[in-house]
Amino acid sequence: MSGLMTLVSLCYLISAICYVMGLHMMRTPKTARNGNRLSFVGMIIAVVMTFLIVLEKNDTTMAAWWILLVALVLGVGYGVYRARTVKMTDMPQLVSLFNAVGGGAAAAIGTFDYLSKANGSSLSVAFSLPVILDLIIGSITFSGSLIATGKLAGKVSGKPITFPGAKLLNGIVVLIIIAAIVLTVGFPTSVWTLVTAIVASLVFGILMTIPIGGADMPVVVSLLNAFTGLAVAMAGFVINNQVLIIAGALVGAAGTILTLQMAAAMNRSVANIIAGGFGTGDSGGTSAADDVPVNVKETSADDIGVQLAYAQNVMIVPGYGLAAAQAQHEVAELAKLLTDNGIHVNYAIHPVAGRMPGHMNVLLAEVNVPYDQMKQLEDANSMFENTDVSLVIGANDVTNPEARKPNTAISGMPILDVDKSKSVVVIKRSMSTGYAGIQNPLFSDDKTSMFFSDAKKGLQEIIASTKEYLDQ
Amino acid sequence: MSQELYTNLAIFVLSLLVGFEVISKIPATLHTPMMSGANAIHGVVVVGAILVALEANTTTFYVIAFIAAFLGAINVSGGYVVTDRMLEMFSKPKDKGNSNKGGDK
Repeated sequence: MSGLMTLVSLCYLISAICYVMGLHMMRTPKTARNGNRLSFVGMIIAVVMTFLIVLEKNDTTMAAWWILLVALVLGVGYGVYRARTVKMTDMPQLVSLFNAVGGGAAAAIGTFDYLSKANGSSLSVAFSLPVILDLIIGSITFSGSLIATGKLAGKVSGKPITFPGAKLLNGIVVLIIIAAIVLTVGFPTSVWTLVTAIVASLVFGILMTIPIGGADMPVVVSLLNAFTGLAVAMAGFVINNQVLIIAGALVGAAGTILTLQMAAAMNRSVANIIAGGFGTGDSGGTSAADDVPVNVKETSADDIGVQLAYAQNVMIVPGYGLAAAQAQHEVAELAKLLTDNGIHVNYAIHPVAGRMPGHMNVLLAEVNVPYDQMKQLEDANSMFENTDVSLVIGANDVTNPEARKPNTAISGMPILDVDKSKSVVVIKRSMSTGYAGIQNPLFSDDKTSMFFSDAKKGLQEIIASTKEYLDQ
Repeated sequence: MSQELYTNLAIFVLSLLVGFEVISKIPATLHTPMMSGANAIHGVVVVGAILVALEANTTTFYVIAFIAAFLGAINVSGGYVVTDRMLEMFSKPKDKGNSNKGGDK
């Protein structure tokens, strides 16, 4: 190893340490920001060292320098612009977009290296296997994440899209991908194998993502995150670069853990979620209030104001409806009004509430909700018995007591025990079913009152009426 | 198996294990920033993009190199900036909480 390469290798090691320590520091909100900065320092070191290698080799064409420079400037400009302007409610689609570009870049690196060696000669398995896996996983991530981004941004229908013959088509695409792996590993290189593998993988990424419905998105985004990590690690194998392998493996592990946790929080297997089409059965009635249970009690902002003003412990249960209505500022305003008057306010957050892991927490953090008021599932459930009013905002399935019964669409799913609190107020636009497509008996419970409204508008009215009663 | 492949494989597997160990201790509240932070880390792909881009010498390779570097740069820059923005919000409530207590009396 030359002197320079030794230096570079050691610096790559330092980068890797920065990533691990950075992730480690994300365990508490206090250290998390510095953790991310430490990880950033590691990244800068890795990039600078990489330029040293290239300068040492000194065989780069002028055109290549220019192309690299322009690509980096444009990429950084676009990335920073999107990152600085994104609204917190739109975070899931941005994270998904970054998955897409990461996977795409990894696939492009694989393509580059394969083509540069594709002269009809046979390759060693040590090169051919990672290169084809890089291409396949990277391409699947690229197209799959773009579809996920579209779904999250509402540009592609968020409902599960299924069509006749989807399974057959899926099977064919998988066979083509397997054939491409065999051809690449066992036979001399060919541009056509490469092109086939890329096209089949891109198609597979789309087929994999379109049948998945909105509420399953936390799982899908996590899974694609894991895929991106693996693709980057494979790219590391291809160009024999250890910092890519380490970083890719770390992200692969992170994505895998999140995927499993999210799936467990819905009591469904990852395979079942990816198979998709969940809740398509009778969720067609999302717009109309069909099959409404008779004993639903409707309430007004005025009544809710009284309830809240005379409560001691209030639990706010946010769901995707809160994000969709962008009502996080109103929630915080209401909570502040109550806390200022000596009422205890906490938030019960289900792991899969929203469209990505921890989605609700980000929205609440944006409006300065103190970290210790955000209660995770188990903590929240131990508090409901002493809760005077549970305020359910745009959440449905995660509060559905049907989950405790056998043989329902959500049986066994861990839920927030909202029905154990003394009274429940549900702010919801209509009686429509949630993602699971089943009725929620909580809504017709004796102690539940329903307030049919958009979360933002409804909360504004509640704030006004609560204020009146608190002032008296 | 070549020595190089063996070394890389060992690094890969051990990093996966470290990843599992570190990530499983992160609370659900911080899952979004953690995922976004992990996203930024896989932006390291830009290193690979730089390495291959500077070997490019024909039009096909220039195009592929451009794509790799462009996508990688979006990933790494956007990932870190947006994670920092999010975590800034998470670190704020601390002060807020204190000032609230002062106000309550």
